[in-house]
Amino acid sequence: MSTKSKTKNHKDEGKRDFLVVSTYAMAGIGAASFAWPLIDQMNPAADTLALASTEIDLSSLEEGQAITVKWRGKPVFVRHRTAEEIKNAQEASIDDMRDPEKDSDRVTNEKYIVLVGVCTHLGCVPLGQKSGDVKGQYGGWFCPCHGSHYDHSGRIRKGPAPTNLAVPSYEFLSDTLIKIG
Amino acid sequence: MSKAKFKNPVVKWIDHRLPIFSFMDHELNHYPTPKNLNYFWNFGSLAGIALVTMIITGIVLSMNYTAHVDYAFDSVERIMRDVNHGWLIRYIHMNGASFFFIVVYIHIFRGLYYGSYKAPRELLWILGVLILLLMMATAFMGYVLPWGQMSFWGATVITNLFSAIPLVGESIVTWLWGGFSVDNSTLNRFFSLHFVLPFVIVGVVILHLVALHRFGSNNPIGIDVKGTQDTLPFNPYYTIKDLFGLGVFLTIFAAAVFFFPNFMGHPDNYIEANPMVTPAHIVPEWYFLPFYAILRAIPDKLGGVLFMFGSIAVLFVIPWLDRSSVRSSQFRPIFKIFFWILLADCVLLGYLGAMPAEGIYVILSRIATAYYFFHFLILFPLLPYIEKTKPLPISISEPVLSGSSPASAFAFREKK
Repeated sequence: MSTKSKTKNHKDEGKRDFLVVSTYAMAGIGAASFAWPLIDQMNPAADTLALASTEIDLSSLEEGQAITVKWRGKPVFVRHRTAEEIKNAQEASIDDMRDPEKDSDRVTNEKYIVLVGVCTHLGCVPLGQKSGDVKGQYGGWFCPCHGSHYDHSGRIRKGPAPTNLAVPSYEFLSDTLIKIG
Repeated sequence: MSKAKFKNPVVKWIDHRLPIFSFMDHELNHYPTPKNLNYFWNFGSLAGIALVTMIITGIVLSMNYTAHVDYAFDSVERIMRDVNHGWLIRYIHMNGASFFFIVVYIHIFRGLYYGSYKAPRELLWILGVLILLLMMATAFMGYVLPWGQMSFWGATVITNLFSAIPLVGESIVTWLWGGFSVDNSTLNRFFSLHFVLPFVIVGVVILHLVALHRFGSNNPIGIDVKGTQDTLPFNPYYTIKDLFGLGVFLTIFAAAVFFFPNFMGHPDNYIEANPMVTPAHIVPEWYFLPFYAILRAIPDKLGGVLFMFGSIAVLFVIPWLDRSSVRSSQFRPIFKIFFWILLADCVLLGYLGAMPAEGIYVILSRIATAYYFFHFLILFPLLPYIEKTKPLPISISEPVLSGSSPASAFAFREKK
């Protein structure tokens, strides 16, 4: 009789543990599924994502000129490079660069260089878009915050920035119309 | 029971310097609670959970809301359509307000039925009425924020109540608006206050709990706890009971959020505010309807406002209006009947508040308003002189143990 009741109690304890553990598990799942929408609402909303591409008309951009457009809240640099600038960018030796990359890998049409205008060091916007701007030792862009020098291909040549200026994904819709993003 | 013992050395170290664990152990674990509480005692903790839910979803909504007359309506629609899970968060907040009031109203009527407002719990009751008032102010200002037609005209009507004050009324209304009509300044200050008042409510809730824990919960038979034989430790007995109630509550709440999210709202509030056109029939949110009915029942501007605020003000003094020393309605046969009449009266007022102010509805509103004040101002003080109360049990344990089924169950356990 006593052994029988003991076994029964033992079984009951197992059942009880199962109930407790499964209750905690369900409560945990419930809490997590309530927390997720509260966290995820801080991610970009549908209308923000819908604004994630920008079209730029380059027909009025003369050789040697540059324009800055806003894409996803950040500046995008487009420069119409001169023949000399293209030559400089292509002939520079990539061996001693911090982030070696050939100019041909960074452009679709070698006349136009398209870059995200955010210094890869700490996020400032480099100078070099306007004719009077300081362009740094390599003639491309110069970040005034901490002194990073970029060349005509937007590659880091001197200063603290770790990588080249990013090239956004873009495509030519026609000879003079590009779509970024 | 007296001094909590903790095994974990870190907990011990902290508790010696900052006795937060002893405090929690004392107030949430061992806290002696009458052993005969029924499910009506769940609604206090449910109200607390509703408050926390409103604060969490509200903070999240405010991250996506723009308090400006040109953008407010669109920003709410953006929350509904574009913000990740925004529809869910807003529906929880929107229905959460209604469910908060449902829970609090049940909590209040529980207090009225079982005489929980009587000595020594007068301050506990008064703090509760204060929470109700703060909730009403917060809910009203929150309803203005989506800047729909009902928001705008609700804000206009309610702020105009203050114009009934003689001499300074108009100046007060201009001050409330920050202009000459409900406009951008009004919306901005309402957003600011709607954000901060819930934290004031949290403060008053803490005082409410401190007052509650001074003498502990009242109970269905309304007599004082005589000793440990009348109580159970709060944990696990009432934590489990509260959690079970919470599960039922959340099931109903979720059903509303997912299947009838706009049932308790008004479709006109999905039309952007237009200061040039008043909707044909404007009504406040359902939880204000009884008070709105009282406002409209009085054929005088100042009178209506006074009676409406009076209907809440009278709640503050109930502990002194009711002269009977017997708390629970279970032992007050006449009081019990009138309790149900009061409840029906309040439901009727709610119905009348939603109806147009004409014909039979006006007459019924007046009768129902008259009864409301009769109940508290005349019946409460006079009834004890007429009513013959039933004999009270000696202790909480007595009716629990003398009843056939619980006692035999207890005996059975002992034998095993």
